[in-house]
Amino acid sequence: MAEILKLVEVRKLYPVKRRVFSLRVRDFVHAVDGVSFSVDKGEIFGLVGESGCGKTTTGKLIVKLVDPTSGQIFLNGQNIVLIRRGKPLQDFRRAVQMIFQDPYESLNPRFTIFDTVAEPLMIHGVRSLSEREALVAEILAQVGLTPPETFMFRYPHELSGGQRQRVAIARAMVIRPKFVVADEPTSMLDVSIRAGIMDLLLNLRAELGISYLYITHDLAVARYMCDRLAVMYLGKIVELGPTEEVIQNPLHPYTQALLAAVPVPDPTYKREPPNIKGDVAAPINPPPECRFLPRCPKAQEVCAHSPHPPLEDAGGGHFVACYLAGTWKNTA
Amino acid sequence: MPLLDVKNLTMHYTTKMGDVHAVDDVSFAIEPGEAIGLVGESGCGKTSIALTLLRLLPDNAKFLGGSVLFEGVDIVRIPEEEMRKIRWRGISMIFQAAMNSLNPVYRVGDQIIEAIQTHFPIDYQAARRRVAELFDLVGLAPELMDRYPHEYSGGMKQRAVIAMALACAPKLVIADEPTTALDVIVQDRILRRIDEVRKELNMAMLYISHDIAVIAEVSQRIGVMYAGNLVEFADTVRIFKNPAHPYTIALMSAFPSIKGEKRKLQGLSGEPPDLLRPPSGCRFHPRCPYATAVCTESPPEYREIQPQHYVACWHPHLGRS
Amino acid sequence: MLISERVKIEPLWKIRLRLALRSLRRNWALFWESRIGPLGLGIILFFVLLMIAHPILMATVWDSRVYDPIVGFDRALVGRHPAPPSWAHPLGTDPIGRDVLSQLMWSTRSEFALGVTSALITVVIGTLIGAICAYFGGVIDTIFMRLADLVMLFPFIALLMVLRSVIHLDLWRLALVMGILSGFGGITITLKAQALTVKVKPYIEAAKVAGGGAFHIIRHHIIPNIMPLSFLYMMFNVTGAVFTEAVLSYFGLLDIRMSWGIMIHTAESAGYLGAFGQYWWLWAPPGAAITLLCFAFYLVGRGLDTVVNPRLRKR
Repeated sequence: MAEILKLVEVRKLYPVKRRVFSLRVRDFVHAVDGVSFSVDKGEIFGLVGESGCGKTTTGKLIVKLVDPTSGQIFLNGQNIVLIRRGKPLQDFRRAVQMIFQDPYESLNPRFTIFDTVAEPLMIHGVRSLSEREALVAEILAQVGLTPPETFMFRYPHELSGGQRQRVAIARAMVIRPKFVVADEPTSMLDVSIRAGIMDLLLNLRAELGISYLYITHDLAVARYMCDRLAVMYLGKIVELGPTEEVIQNPLHPYTQALLAAVPVPDPTYKREPPNIKGDVAAPINPPPECRFLPRCPKAQEVCAHSPHPPLEDAGGGHFVACYLAGTWKNTA
Repeated sequence: MPLLDVKNLTMHYTTKMGDVHAVDDVSFAIEPGEAIGLVGESGCGKTSIALTLLRLLPDNAKFLGGSVLFEGVDIVRIPEEEMRKIRWRGISMIFQAAMNSLNPVYRVGDQIIEAIQTHFPIDYQAARRRVAELFDLVGLAPELMDRYPHEYSGGMKQRAVIAMALACAPKLVIADEPTTALDVIVQDRILRRIDEVRKELNMAMLYISHDIAVIAEVSQRIGVMYAGNLVEFADTVRIFKNPAHPYTIALMSAFPSIKGEKRKLQGLSGEPPDLLRPPSGCRFHPRCPYATAVCTESPPEYREIQPQHYVACWHPHLGRS
Repeated sequence: MLISERVKIEPLWKIRLRLALRSLRRNWALFWESRIGPLGLGIILFFVLLMIAHPILMATVWDSRVYDPIVGFDRALVGRHPAPPSWAHPLGTDPIGRDVLSQLMWSTRSEFALGVTSALITVVIGTLIGAICAYFGGVIDTIFMRLADLVMLFPFIALLMVLRSVIHLDLWRLALVMGILSGFGGITITLKAQALTVKVKPYIEAAKVAGGGAFHIIRHHIIPNIMPLSFLYMMFNVTGAVFTEAVLSYFGLLDIRMSWGIMIHTAESAGYLGAFGQYWWLWAPPGAAITLLCFAFYLVGRGLDTVVNPRLRKR
């Protein structure tokens, strides 16, 4: 399978301003701290984790809303970190798009739906108005807003949340990108609407041949949408592999805890509490040993005296960053 | 006698564009110490019901009928001074996005002390001891009493707000999406803690959420709301194993799960109705795959189709008992 | 076949026109509801009528030798100027024999011109600078914000006095100077703050991801979203401009032939201001006109509050 996106040791550090008259070295928030993974063409790759784990920042790095502190990001073999301006940047923007989380704030309230969806076309040089109208109508129909003419000249506040999100999807898809980062696209929508949006994204993958990075905190959604998954914690990937394998056979204690914490819509199922202590810390100046150590219920001596474990192959494309993963199987 | 007995509650909001039919003819009861869940999507009226129970509605809310009996007293009709005694002492509430309901310029402990001293004539030191007890109950370190909200994490703020709701040892606590903004591990802890506290203090709880997985785990009985109506009400197992109302059935199949077979999700086509001009007859009929002529003409009666299982539908699904 | 060939989509300009009219009607309804807005507008309309009426009167009823606001002179009343109001001169005459009402009406035009021009320049500069500072931040932001601080602290009147000794400070130049100076002042800070609230919205990120550059985003997203506020501030700026001109004219600092401020200045320099009640027609009409026009624009500005800020609207 061809690789469309590849991240190699990507880091994003944000300086934290200390008190006014400090002469010490600045502190850094390690939002993304050495993340590497690749996405195959036509695949939906999931990035899951709790808030502050770095998944949204990773998404922004991929669409170049922010620049990495170090590391490389390859799109179809080309290192996009080196792209700064001009035609290469415009070409990049044609190829990679993003769907945002908030359907209410990601559309300009003064733009009509036509204006919003046609904006990428205008920026990328589709001069003829009738051509823009045609393309917009076509994509609106494809995302389920039919008949498109009745939607094109309405304003966002006249549409429901689900409809707005479809408009956001149309805007991302209208210039036929190759890769789309979807940042929690359904978390602010009503439950009965979410299924429709998720199925729409799945259909568009088939129809338009797009690959996705799907960012979510909801493991059940990740299970439904994604072919492969990466679990992030404090800026690092702790587990990665085919979705069903990671969910049924989690190897990292954090993944196990995360899965154990998800409420199950079955009143007869007795869910045991997750095996984890403490609270998530802010990733400021993290210590060199395993990031998960303070919270790990299974930590041993080796974990306190070694650096943060690297991602290692546990077989079948299933990677885990834990020194002790080989010593137990699924105990969740 | 039930602790809370809501009968035919109807409440509309008056706006320039007409009346918004927020809550229409809703009836249910909560026994002392019971945990009831109210599930529904945005605009279904669940938060409006909560605000009605506490009489915290905005000025343009019009109360049109029905009664709310709390320990036998109709709290909709009593004067405001009487209601003030019941608010927080009899019934209290954990608001949605509770982290925003803490005043940033006061210490957290002092805010809870204020709530206590409004209802009990005790001195500052005694109130402080009570706050320390409450903090212990919800799992917060007592030193945190003297810190400010910005020094708390999201989970801690939520616990503080729960402590505030429990401050006067109410008989009924309404929790409106208490864990929506929290991560799943913190959510698990808070929900377990709330349940422990509830059992310890023998409090009744009304959980309001759009997340049926959460509601399944915390409630003994569940009410399903749609467009201002209560469309189904039964104990939790029955709602999940034998849903009778088409909306409930649709809701069940719209939720992905990490357990069990991976299956295709079924969403609902269309949109929730505009409550300014609700559809004729059954409000769900435009989106209902089983709708017939009668569904468009008259609203279905809310009745008991099986013991302790209420539905408002002309064609309820009657599965195995 | 493309959808637009199958289904008749109206030409885009027609649809946009219809949408624009719809929103205009809605905004007008909101403006009307505020009640003080239409009151202000009414007063402005009254002054507009005055302005239009003057050339008509001059062409028909009034003899230009007598009623010309700058060079007229009424021989019939020689020796009794400033003369109190009479049928011939509804607001009397000034110390050098000119009809006061004529002066008042004639000056309305220059007051409008001055106020609106100055306010327009201020707001255009403020909007552009505010948007640019908000979008780019950093050094650019710091420079303009410190400049704004400087401008706000600067003794405005002193500067104009100095300027006047260097250049001929007539109405248009005054409008330009006032406009530019105010444009870099406090309004920049306010509009930048507003632009910042726009800049952090996800749709700006979406526009960047779509490929929009700085110019595109500032022009299509930021400026349209702060323009309602700019428009609002324009109203208040008109008030400031008219009042400033009046003050400067009163002190004789300007090279304008005739304005409401000049009228009061004329009265003062001829020594008639001391006896308040006796020569009231010399200072009361222009004073009232200044106050009323400023007040009118202020009311219009307040009436626009609910139009500009949707959150202030009642349910």
